[in-house]
Amino acid sequence: MLSKPDEHGKFGIFGGKFAPEVLMTTVEELEAAYNTFSNDKGFRTELDSLLSTYAGRPTALYFAKNLSEMSGSKIYLKREDLVHGGAHKLNNTLGQCLLAKHMGKRRIIAETGAGQHGVATAMAAAVLGLECEIYMGTEDIERQKLNVFRMKLLGAKVNPVDSGSKTLKDAINESIRDWVTNVENTYYLIGSVVGMHPYPLMVREFQRVIGKETKVQIVDAEGRLPDTIIACVGGGSNAMGIFYEFLDDAAVELIGVEAAGKGIETGEHGASICEGTDGVLHGMYSKLLQDADGQIKQTYSFAPGLDYPGVGPELAYLAESGRVKMGSTTDEETLNAFKILSTKEGIIPALESAHAIHYAIEEAKRKSGTQRDHLIVVNLSGRGDKDIYTVAQVLGDRREEGYV
Amino acid sequence: MTLEDKFKELKAQNEKAFIGFITAGHPSAEATSEIALAMIKGGVDILELGLPFSDPIADGVTIQRASESSLSAGMNTDLYFEVAAGIKGVEKVCLTYYNLVLQRGLEQFVHDCESAGITGLIIPDLPVEESKPLLKACAGHETDLVFIIAPTTTEKRMTKILELASGFVYVVSLLGVTGERARLSDAVRPLIGKIKDLELSRDRPQIPLAVGFGISKPEHVRAVCAVADGAIVGSAFIKMIEERAGPELGDRKALLTEIEAFTMSLKQETKNTR
Ligand SMILES: Cc1ncc(COP(=O)(O)O)c(C=O)c1O
Repeated sequence: MLSKPDEHGKFGIFGGKFAPEVLMTTVEELEAAYNTFSNDKGFRTELDSLLSTYAGRPTALYFAKNLSEMSGSKIYLKREDLVHGGAHKLNNTLGQCLLAKHMGKRRIIAETGAGQHGVATAMAAAVLGLECEIYMGTEDIERQKLNVFRMKLLGAKVNPVDSGSKTLKDAINESIRDWVTNVENTYYLIGSVVGMHPYPLMVREFQRVIGKETKVQIVDAEGRLPDTIIACVGGGSNAMGIFYEFLDDAAVELIGVEAAGKGIETGEHGASICEGTDGVLHGMYSKLLQDADGQIKQTYSFAPGLDYPGVGPELAYLAESGRVKMGSTTDEETLNAFKILSTKEGIIPALESAHAIHYAIEEAKRKSGTQRDHLIVVNLSGRGDKDIYTVAQVLGDRREEGYV
Repeated sequence: MTLEDKFKELKAQNEKAFIGFITAGHPSAEATSEIALAMIKGGVDILELGLPFSDPIADGVTIQRASESSLSAGMNTDLYFEVAAGIKGVEKVCLTYYNLVLQRGLEQFVHDCESAGITGLIIPDLPVEESKPLLKACAGHETDLVFIIAPTTTEKRMTKILELASGFVYVVSLLGVTGERARLSDAVRPLIGKIKDLELSRDRPQIPLAVGFGISKPEHVRAVCAVADGAIVGSAFIKMIEERAGPELGDRKALLTEIEAFTMSLKQETKNTR
């Protein structure tokens, strides 16, 4: 089953290269460079060394005892929140920055929503001596001030994007415009398994380390594979990263959790696979939130990393084929899971990851009391420091609960 | 008339094509019809009518703003074809992004173009690699899929593009998005030269080449027409509309006069270029 794009960059009908002609030659060069370097021993050694000595890999697989006790199944957390920078994003940015360097591109540009990819790009660019500019929607700049400041401290230039919905989608639009203009010296470092081929493939390969480690760790701890693996889905990189290694293990259920925002029925959400239809955006054919004409809809989630109207083509393909199951979690439910993980396990999760935590707790309850322990692994994709203002604001409206 | 016939007709009169772009529905559907009429009176040869998309990655701020304003004023695909059908006495091509074509259905979109008298389709996010389904839908209709060649296009890609091209080829004159530039890109002349050399090595009639992006002044049009078969001006019109389209009818009249005069000054530069 191990899905792999065909020579056109397609996963079934999804994926492809819907890019402006100006970029096509560069996209071809990128594909060639990636194929060369990903099989190059020197490149692998350099990347592995950065991953272990700089990023802090392998990350722990933690048995969440208290969470397990309260929910009735065994829950393990893959601690991507412990990666340097505070999220899984660095796995990808180190890989791509290294590739850019080998390709002779000195200038890195990237989009960011939650700011985690921006921070991870700024870190990788700094350590590899590359110039770095980050595009970020003004709405996201407002709600992720901490990460904006971190990026600047790391030496990156942050370019505010004030068009459209002023969030992740518009930051991607603006990055593509910069790339089109500066294509000869600039490397566009996409932060998720989205965009035109070869990005979805490349980012999945750089994130695949999550699942590889998890497989060894869970077998060490439990002597078997998990029954269920759960990950939140924005573009789908942390999900594809942990899922990929298990695609051929049919007994392992894979579940992606999208942002239900204020509730699917309100229309204010980011559930591109659960609620979307097929279309083309940002260079890929995938599931999109769009109207009947094909205009892209405004999305909503209080987790900026999930506030995106599209999703990676490989995940769309796996969901459509039934290999990956999809669910969604509202802001409200997520906030509850955020509090539970903080108080029961002493881990403050990113709001994005807290979506998966909520779903895991519910799934654990549903499966409790089965003959053997139901074994769940959740990808804890990031830590929640960046979200404390958002959470304080939401909780601040509820003084009666005693949070302020 | 097909686009290639239009270019032939102009050539017979010792003229090149002047192609003007506006975003349909900016600032309103009615205004678009009036603006188009002013451009026709000014002598525009081909009207490129943009069907706005929420996420126009190949466009600069000017056209982005126009797209946003058009969509929020209620433009949609049905209305677009209505407006387009109402514009007569000029060759029309549609510029839009692939998702809008896809959602209507490729066959349906091409059919609607034909019914509205639109003879060409320009889709900046549809490279040759992904163009097969739409080319198939266009076959047997009087609507050409217009391909783009950019300064970064390799000879190998150019050959593939020229193989499939019909109507004309849209030559992007610079690296970047749409928008006005103070001077014409130096890349134009060598790029056109390269395409023509390639064309000469093939034994079929040469396809017309029209140059766009960053062209906003009469002297740019003249320089382009010295080497190519047509010049495309977009953002300069949009900017004029944005600045001058006030709420009063009087403002609109002044704008229309200005659009007509501007079109005329640009069209003038396409005549007797050699
Ligand atoms: C901590 C964290 N998790 C998840 C995501 C969503 O991205 P993806 O679905 O690509 O993992 C983000 C994006 O910013 C993030 O910061």
